[in-house]
Amino acid sequence: MSEMTGKTLARTRWSLRSMWASRKGRGVIYQVIMFAALFLLILILVSNVFYNMEQRGLKAGFGFLNRTAGFGIVQTLVSYNESSTYGRAFVVALLNTILVASIGVVLATMLGFTVGVMRLSPNWLVARVAAIYVETFRNIPLLLQILFWYVAILKPLPSPIDIFQQGESFALSFNNRGLVFATPLPQEGFSLVLWVLSVGVLGSIAWSWYARRRQLQKGDQLPVFWPCLAAIVGLPAIVFFLLGSPMDFAKPVMARFTYEGGSTVVIEFFALLWALVIYTAAFIAEIVRAGIQGIPYGQSEAAYSLGLKRTQTLKLVTIPQALRIIIPPLTSQYLNLTKNSSLAAAIAYPDLVSVFAGTALNQTGRAIEIMFMTLSVYLSLSLLTSFAMNLYQRRKQLVER
Amino acid sequence: MTARAALLWLRDNLFFSWKNGVLSVVVGGFLLWVVVLLADWFFVSAVWNGGIEDCRLRQDGACWPFVQARFRQFIYGFYPDVERWRVNIVMLVFFVGIALLVWERTPFRGKLVLFMLCVFPLASWFLMRGGIFGLADVPTGRWGGFMLTLVLASVGIVSSLPLGIMLALGRRAESLPFVKAFCVVFIEFWRGVPVITVLFATAFMLPLFMPSSVNFDQLLRAMVGFILFSSAYMAEIVRGGLEGLQRGQYEASDALGMTYWQSRIRVILPQALKIMIPGILLTIIGLFKDTTLVLIIGLLDFLGMIQAGISDPRWGAPNVPFTGYAFAAVVYFVFCYSMSLYARYIEKKFSAGRERRP
Repeated sequence: MSEMTGKTLARTRWSLRSMWASRKGRGVIYQVIMFAALFLLILILVSNVFYNMEQRGLKAGFGFLNRTAGFGIVQTLVSYNESSTYGRAFVVALLNTILVASIGVVLATMLGFTVGVMRLSPNWLVARVAAIYVETFRNIPLLLQILFWYVAILKPLPSPIDIFQQGESFALSFNNRGLVFATPLPQEGFSLVLWVLSVGVLGSIAWSWYARRRQLQKGDQLPVFWPCLAAIVGLPAIVFFLLGSPMDFAKPVMARFTYEGGSTVVIEFFALLWALVIYTAAFIAEIVRAGIQGIPYGQSEAAYSLGLKRTQTLKLVTIPQALRIIIPPLTSQYLNLTKNSSLAAAIAYPDLVSVFAGTALNQTGRAIEIMFMTLSVYLSLSLLTSFAMNLYQRRKQLVER
Repeated sequence: MTARAALLWLRDNLFFSWKNGVLSVVVGGFLLWVVVLLADWFFVSAVWNGGIEDCRLRQDGACWPFVQARFRQFIYGFYPDVERWRVNIVMLVFFVGIALLVWERTPFRGKLVLFMLCVFPLASWFLMRGGIFGLADVPTGRWGGFMLTLVLASVGIVSSLPLGIMLALGRRAESLPFVKAFCVVFIEFWRGVPVITVLFATAFMLPLFMPSSVNFDQLLRAMVGFILFSSAYMAEIVRGGLEGLQRGQYEASDALGMTYWQSRIRVILPQALKIMIPGILLTIIGLFKDTTLVLIIGLLDFLGMIQAGISDPRWGAPNVPFTGYAFAAVVYFVFCYSMSLYARYIEKKFSAGRERRP
């Protein structure tokens, strides 16, 4: 009997030793140890959470999302008031984040491409100005820039009271509260204008598609920009005025202490947007420059010798090729801009972090649930983006062959 | 001859076509206007001496008395006056150490790197924190200003390097699927969420995860957040370096019969780290800028102190915010820009070395 046990023991010891001797076996042992340690750590953390929450009398669960929030939000894209729920506040805050991020991405791309192309300008001064812009704004913390635009530039703007006499109404004003404008109220017949507008847009798309096809087939260029502009802007405008301007405006009116009525885009939005655009555009400019420089100069030379001008060369030859290099880092800059919009918390722009992970968390004390929801939003966004990028790069590789 | 050369240069670079000539004049005029405006605001029309009353009287220039009066707070926060020598020693060693590291003829540079990364941070922590060797205890709640910025940045940098290397190695360990999965999840999670939410999470949730006997002060919580995301960012840079290395290096070290760690420590990492230095420096710049975010969770770093000074009603004058932010911007710019110049220099040096090879 004892002999048997000894034999088994010897065998196990031998097998463990043999496992240790091979790289693969060691790997298994390492992983088992790491798994056990991680499991233990998580166990301890979770039990701590339960103990601490019990001690503080906190309850877990997402039921609080249906409770009344009781706080106001200064800028809401969907209807919201103090008696709305926390769940509604989450939606409002998320929409505010999406608003500033999406407008920021568009503007930062435009500014970034402009500055990036300027950096490669043959004009020494223009290239210098672009370089100074990039180096300055890249090397100053974004939070400092946000505070600067907000506290030092936008807040000292005159207040609505300073601009307008009491009782007076106004159509549009940019003051230290934000952009205050008359709310457009569509009247009967306005839907026709919208119909004409959509027809114009569809027609423009069809026309530019036809023009491109015809250029590929026959080589002659049809005018695209002006006809499309006329169809999208001109046609609806004519219909609008023919119908006798079916639009009313609810103008803001000055009351005793502030204005009433009208619509407001809060000043914090502009401070955050402006800072995000300026900061991110500096990074995008560098990406664009690197992308263009990554294209062999022979491409530009060939375009020049075909008689294309510099802008045409950039638009038709260099940038389309450079986009392959530019797009992956560009997307990560878009992601950065979206993540950086959470700095809104510093100036109380009502974004996801400031409203939900700030006010709502302080009121409910549901740190775990709220942080979980907030982190999931950003995380799913970045996972989606990197997934899309992987797809893009895979496709790009196939195209290159 | 030189005048002729200058004229030729002007013609080739600024006035090579009439359109560009006009453009150059317009842009040059604009640049000149900005420079004159800034010089006037910051130097000529600025208030240099006196107090807030003088700043209120002359509002068309910077208010330097604000910076003078608050300068000590900007640097030391609320660190007790009599104990400031400790911070001074730490900062002196810090800057001298950095200078010696940058200077290429310093003897024992490798050992100095180890000293700056391992011994110095611990020693300075105990020196500034006190409570041992008869040094007076200075709770971290009194730390602030530029000193706090440096502490946060150093903690992030020093701990993120080893952690980032381990995470990157783990992410590339194909034969260890569990380790790899853990590293991928860790890196992608902390890189995927905004830094400010990481700080929020550690500030609000860390007390819940810890046993009630352990009390983390605000600074430690912020540091935990910093370490988490900075190591994830660093790991991605290291991964880039590891992937940039030729396969032959891995195969050769395997062929020599080296173990995993022998090959990593003696062959792979020394080469990969060298390629990575510019990337690491850029990450450090990002970290340095991100230290400002602790302001949102209530820590008063350099920017936080300036912000507190600006919000102080006793210093309420229209030119004070502009002055304060401009001062902060210049300080941050000097640090970040010199780091990025150094990164560019290193990159050039290494790529020159690579290109020379046949």
